[in-house]
Amino acid sequence: MYPSNFDYQRAASVAEAIQKGASDGAKFLAGGHSLLPALKLRLNEPESLVDIGRLDALRGISISGSSLKIGALSTHAQIASSADVKKHAPALASACGQVGDPAVRNRGTLGGNLAHADPASDPPTVVLALGGKLHLQGSGGNRVVAAEDFFLDLFTTDLHPGELITAVEIPSIGQAKSAYVKMAHPASRYAVVGVCVVLEVSGGKCSQARVAVGGATPKATLSAAAAKALVGSSLDDAALNAAANALIGDLSDVMGDVYAPEDYRRAMAGVYLKRAVRAAMG
Amino acid sequence: MKVSIKVNGTLYEREVEPRMLLVHFLREELGLTGTNVGCDTSQCGACNVHLNGQVVKSCTCLAVQADGSEVTTIEGLKTNGHLHPMQEAFWEKHGLQCGFCTPGMIMTSVALLQSNPHPTDAEIRHGLEGNLCRCTGYQNIVAAVKAAAEIK
Repeated sequence: MYPSNFDYQRAASVAEAIQKGASDGAKFLAGGHSLLPALKLRLNEPESLVDIGRLDALRGISISGSSLKIGALSTHAQIASSADVKKHAPALASACGQVGDPAVRNRGTLGGNLAHADPASDPPTVVLALGGKLHLQGSGGNRVVAAEDFFLDLFTTDLHPGELITAVEIPSIGQAKSAYVKMAHPASRYAVVGVCVVLEVSGGKCSQARVAVGGATPKATLSAAAAKALVGSSLDDAALNAAANALIGDLSDVMGDVYAPEDYRRAMAGVYLKRAVRAAMG
Repeated sequence: MKVSIKVNGTLYEREVEPRMLLVHFLREELGLTGTNVGCDTSQCGACNVHLNGQVVKSCTCLAVQADGSEVTTIEGLKTNGHLHPMQEAFWEKHGLQCGFCTPGMIMTSVALLQSNPHPTDAEIRHGLEGNLCRCTGYQNIVAAVKAAAEIK
């Protein structure tokens, strides 16, 4: 399958990418593992592709203060194998290691993945649970957007036309516990339901919690109700059941298809929340 | 657009449309038809090749993205007329039925052993999760990768 015709321009700098990306009908091309499949299916027919894949300024994983800064061009494979990510954001390393397969992880990038905002993809759920922030650059300047304000709807984000994700900032979980678990679609391995939890635990009690769900919902979604049910508990079975029920009740918009209808995904969100908490507390 | 891509050690320069996929560059421009187009949707791994030493799906990469890169295909694995140990192992263990997935299976398996020279059965199966065999010949494929790991 061939994409429809487009002009191809390779950007030599971030500034050049921003300038070229500002024209109507332009799209940025990074690893291409969200965009190229869509182009081949003619779901998208951009007039021009601005290849940012060689911009070293968008690469690299570093620690600044108590946060990780992950260059938008970091591949899933690089993130999954990074010692810094494993230490400070282990759920993200785990999730990136579950994206697609080894060949996909070698090309697909975190920035591209988040910009695409596929509801069934793993990283958005985890970046949201971890309280990540997206560093964006466009012709109007730079801005930083929290993940909870970035994902707006199915394949829809807060990115303005021509705006580029340059990096993703993830606060270190410190002593908190975290896990991402998913029910993988048996053929595609995309998340039918994916749940990420981040739990602060002291003296055997959960003092803070963040719960994010993806796969089942049109966008990665935080559940304050599920988090509230966990906080103050000793994360015993009764608390997990209460949190699962709270999550199920909290999910207002759940997707369904012939493989996994809405009711099933909703029920599985509760099951995978419990599994995520148990995995985090391991 | 003009691209220069080193494939199996030989530098090729071609004028290509930007929308040309790397797999079509290999098959149609260079006649290297060992790399197959299977699903064409980034799932089956039949088109897997090595791009700068990493296994990638050549149906999900534009030729222009590979400009200036080094590509190895199944045709480039042999040295001095001798099959690569992985090719020998697939032959010995009968790690194929119809053979359509085999080039991609072998390219992924070679990359797997480069990063993990002595994988367990589970690691082999996990490493090959992006390569589909519609004959379901997985048992012998895993045996072949294991055998190749022992040869090396």
